[in-house]
Amino acid sequence: MQWRNSEKGWGVMTILLHWLVALTVIGLFGLGLWMTGLDYYHPWRHRGPDLHRAIGILLPFVLLLRLAWRFWSPPPLALPDHRLWEARLARIAHALLYLLPFAMVLSGYLISTADGRGVSILGWFEVPALFTAIDRQEEVMGRVHATLAWGLMGVSGVHALGALKHHFIDRDKTLSRMLRIE
Amino acid sequence: MNKNPLIGLTAALLLSLGAASATAADYLIDTKGAHAFIQFKIAHLGYSWLLGRFNSFSGEFSYDEQNPAAARVRVEIDTASVDSNHAERDKHLRSADFFDVAQYPKASFVSTGFKPLGDGKAELTGDFSLHGITRPISIAVTPIGHGPDPWGGYRRGFEGRTRFALADFGITRNLGPASKEVEIYLSLEGVRQ
Repeated sequence: MQWRNSEKGWGVMTILLHWLVALTVIGLFGLGLWMTGLDYYHPWRHRGPDLHRAIGILLPFVLLLRLAWRFWSPPPLALPDHRLWEARLARIAHALLYLLPFAMVLSGYLISTADGRGVSILGWFEVPALFTAIDRQEEVMGRVHATLAWGLMGVSGVHALGALKHHFIDRDKTLSRMLRIE
Repeated sequence: MNKNPLIGLTAALLLSLGAASATAADYLIDTKGAHAFIQFKIAHLGYSWLLGRFNSFSGEFSYDEQNPAAARVRVEIDTASVDSNHAERDKHLRSADFFDVAQYPKASFVSTGFKPLGDGKAELTGDFSLHGITRPISIAVTPIGHGPDPWGGYRRGFEGRTRFALADFGITRNLGPASKEVEIYLSLEGVRQ
């Protein structure tokens, strides 16, 4: 078991961060979709959005850590059997998977702070509203947030399908080296 | 009424002067100077009131002190300008759950009658369109005052109250048993044209 990535495989740190972000992002997507349809009297009507905001505000710290770690400990080489188009598509998907969550956090923050009120993170601390200049900001950013969310899920789907293809069709180690801590 | 042809002629002349007439006059509601307000009030769970307003609307009215029954009012509201002092709630109010502003960007009121009640107050009836549904409503109107303003104009103001069930206008989102009806309060100042 080693913390840093090697030329052949992923280190523990990358694997943990990868799955933490994956679960968080998918969880936030599901929670977001579910909570926006809740009835006025549903017990989770406030709890859902509060939790969504709290996790969403904390996420970028993990994202930054992950990005820093990627520079500090570069990814292993692509497996030799990967074709050029696969490598290219993977690179685009990876770039989006790093970028889109930041855009999600930013647009979500701009919805919640659109009227100048900060976001309270489960009562621990409050993130102040810093930017309220867009006309009907909550509306504009709400649309951006929803569109990017579906986009992120689409890219995640391509990413997951790629991993499954490598695992079940090409029968290479692409997926297993992200699952197994060696 | 016109027994004397001279009076008839004078009346016709006065009418033709229209805006210059001191009695029958058209007023533009002063939304530019924000001396007009359309607010709403609805129970929150039955424990308190939630207040909000529409920030963008326009309209005019016509009022003749000699013939108040001929008063006319027309107001058009931009439903997207709903403001309850909470961005995420306003976003929800604009959505298809409530006003559905993408589909129904305007609400409007066009008067059909004005009945002075004797004590200075009056009952204004008209067709109110909201959420794609038009129904007659009745507004209890109280005149506030009128007269020259310090900048060369002439102003006249009224307040009005009405209430209706949201479901009457096809807004059926469940807000609880105490919150089926909404109260509207209007305070409109018109500048004579």
